Amino acid sequence: MRSPQEPLETDPLIDDPDTRIVVCCGSGGVGKTTTAAALGLRAAERGRRVVVLTIDPARRLAQSMGLTELDNVPRPVPGIDTTAGGELFAMMLDMKRTFDEIVEAHADPARARAILDNPFYQSLSAGFAGTQEYMAMEKLGQLAARDAWDLIVVDTPPSRSALDFLDAPQRLGSFLDGRFIRLLMAPAKAGGRAGRKVMSLGMAGLSLVTGTLGKVLGTALLRDVQTFVAAMDTMFGGFRTRADATYRLLQAPGTAFLVVAAPERDALREAAYFVERLAAERMPLAGLVLNRVHTSDGAHLGAERALAAAETLESRESASDADRAAAGLLRVHAERMRQLTREERTRARFTAVHPRVPVVEVPALPEDVHDLAGLRAIGDRLSQTDGAQPFG
Amino acid sequence: MVSGKGGTGKTTVAAALALALAEEGRRTLLVEVEGRQGIAQLFETEALPYEERRIAIGPGGGEVFALAIDAERALLDYLQMFYKLGGAGRALRRIGAIDFATTVAPGLRDVLLTGKVCEAVRRRGPDGGWAYDAVVMDAPPTGRVTRFLAVNDEVAGLARVGPIHHQAQAVMRVLKSAETAVHLVTLLEEMPVQETADGVAELRAADLPVGGTVVNMVRPALDSTAATPLPAPNDLAAALTRAGLRDAEALTAPLLSQGREHVTRLALEATQRDELARLDLPVRELPLLPDGVDLAGLYRLARLLRAQDW
Repeated sequence: MRSPQEPLETDPLIDDPDTRIVVCCGSGGVGKTTTAAALGLRAAERGRRVVVLTIDPARRLAQSMGLTELDNVPRPVPGIDTTAGGELFAMMLDMKRTFDEIVEAHADPARARAILDNPFYQSLSAGFAGTQEYMAMEKLGQLAARDAWDLIVVDTPPSRSALDFLDAPQRLGSFLDGRFIRLLMAPAKAGGRAGRKVMSLGMAGLSLVTGTLGKVLGTALLRDVQTFVAAMDTMFGGFRTRADATYRLLQAPGTAFLVVAAPERDALREAAYFVERLAAERMPLAGLVLNRVHTSDGAHLGAERALAAAETLESRESASDADRAAAGLLRVHAERMRQLTREERTRARFTAVHPRVPVVEVPALPEDVHDLAGLRAIGDRLSQTDGAQPFG
Repeated sequence: MVSGKGGTGKTTVAAALALALAEEGRRTLLVEVEGRQGIAQLFETEALPYEERRIAIGPGGGEVFALAIDAERALLDYLQMFYKLGGAGRALRRIGAIDFATTVAPGLRDVLLTGKVCEAVRRRGPDGGWAYDAVVMDAPPTGRVTRFLAVNDEVAGLARVGPIHHQAQAVMRVLKSAETAVHLVTLLEEMPVQETADGVAELRAADLPVGGTVVNMVRPALDSTAATPLPAPNDLAAALTRAGLRDAEALTAPLLSQGREHVTRLALEATQRDELARLDLPVRELPLLPDGVDLAGLYRLARLLRAQDW
C-alpha cells in the first residue's frame, strides 16, 4: 500500500536561495504553527537568515521557542546553532499595533490622532474577526519589503476557513472599489469626485440610503463610521496597493505554499479545498505536510492476529506476569494497527483526488513539542522522505 | 453553545448534543455559523440552505432541526424584520453595504449570527409555547468564542442609543442568562486543554455562563500495560512464542517501544485530566469511535451524552 505520490523534499525547498517565502496553511489544530517554527529553525541552522511570522493568538510558537512573549517586532531566537551562518528571528502578529502603525505611517499626525481615537476604529483594529487576515498580509508585505531576511516562514491565521487568508486582500479591494464607501463619506466630504458619484445615484436614492443607515446604525454610530472612513480615505489607497502587491508576491516563483493537515477526515477535506484553491489562484503549492501520522515497526502483525495472540496468552491456565504484559502490549499494538488503517484510508481518499501533490509525513509524537530540541526533531522528520512510510 | 479548539470535534459534539436533547415531543435546533456545511456532512444530507429544516429524530424521539446561518441573508432578514425596509434593503445590497456589513466589518457578522440564534431561542410556536425547547450552536473556536459571544456588549457601547443598541442589549441578556451554557470541547492533550483553561477564564471575565467541558475522542486505556511494568525483551519474546507468533524476536522491540509510548501517553492524559479538574466544571467524556463518526456513530455519541449527568 505504498503511496503513489512523490515525496515532498523540504530540505531542497528551504535551502534554495530562490525560496523567499514559505506559507503554511491548513485548518486549525493540525500543527501548522509547529510546522512553521520547525521549518524556520531548520532553515536557519542550515545557514539561512530566517524570520518566522506567526499569527496564532495562543502564542504557541512563543512557547515552543522558549520565548515568554513575542511582540510585533521580529526578535532573535536564542539557543540556535549559528555555525552554518544562519540566524532565526520570530515574531507574533499584534493586529492592533500593525493597524496603528499603518495609520501612523500614512496619515499626518493630526489625522492619525483622529483615526486612532475613533471608537469605530478602536473596535475594528482590536480584532474583530477578519482584521487579522488583512494585517497578516500587511505584515508579510512589510517583512518582505525590509529585505533583512532571505526566508520568511508564515503561519496563517486560525480562520473560520483557512481560505480567508487568500480572500482578505480581494475583499478589501472590492470594498474600496465599491460605491458604499463613497456614500458613507459623502456627508463628511461634500463635493469632489465622491460627491458627484453620489449625485449620480439621485438625491432620492441618497436620502433613502443614508436615512436607512442612520435608522439602522443609530446616528452617533453612523457619524463615527463616517469620520473613520473619511479619515482612513487617504491611506486606504496605499493600503490596497500594498495588499495587491502582497497578493502578487504570493503568486511569485519565490513563494511556496505548504498545506498542513493531519490524517483525519475534516483536516484532509480542508487541505483538499486549499490545494484546489491554490491552483485556481495560480499560487505555487510545494506539497502537503501530513502531521501526526501513526507508524509501527511491527506492521507485519495485523490487528486481528495481535488480538488473537493476546487472547491466547490471557486464557492460558497459568498465565505468568510476562504473559499478561505481552497480552497488554499486543492489545496496544492492535489499537495502533487499527489507527494506522484508519489513517491510511483517510489519506487514500485525498490521494485519489490529488495524486500529484507531493507529501511528507511526520510521525505522531507521544508528547507535545515545546522546546527547540522538539522543533529540531520535527525538522528532522520533515526532511526525511523515506523514513516515515508506515506501510513500507 | 459548543466551542472548542480546532480539531477537537466541536461540530460533532454540537450535533450529538442536539440529538441528545431531542426528547420525545420536543424540538431542538442545531445552528451552524461558520459556513462549512459541517452539519450536512455529519448527517449525510445535501448542503443545508438558509432555512430551518428537520434533519433527524433524536434517540429520545424528539425532532432535530438544523440551520446553516448565512450572514448576508440574516442581515436582510433583520432589516426586513425590524425596519420593514423593502426596496431600501435591495438598494443597500446594490451599493455594497451588505457586503461591507457581512465581510469587511466582520464584527457586524458576529452580531447577526448571535442575533439570529437569540431570535430562535425567543421564538414562540403557533401554540404559544417555545418554538424550540433547546437551541445548540456550533460556535466559533475557543480562541474567538468570547469575542464572538460578547460582540453585542461592544456594539451596545458603540451604538449608544437607538434600535441597534436595544437589540444588542437584548441579545446579551439571553447569552448571559442562566438558560445559556457554553460548553468547551477538548482532547486530553496539552494545547487543547491549555486553550480550554484560557477560554474558561475569558468567558468568566466576560460574564458568560460556562457550562462544562467535553473531553472528546478518549482512547481506551489498556490497564494491563499501565499496571504491569514492561517485560524484559527475552521474557516478552518467550511469551509471544507461547502465543503462537513465529516472528517473536522481530516483534519485541516494536512492541516495547509502542508500550513505552502508550505509558507516556497515559501519564500525559492523567496530567491533562488533573488540569481540567482544576477548572471546577462538570467534565463529560466521549470515546474515540474507531471507524470515525458516521451517522450511526453520531447517534452512539448522543446516547452516551444522554447517559451522563447534565
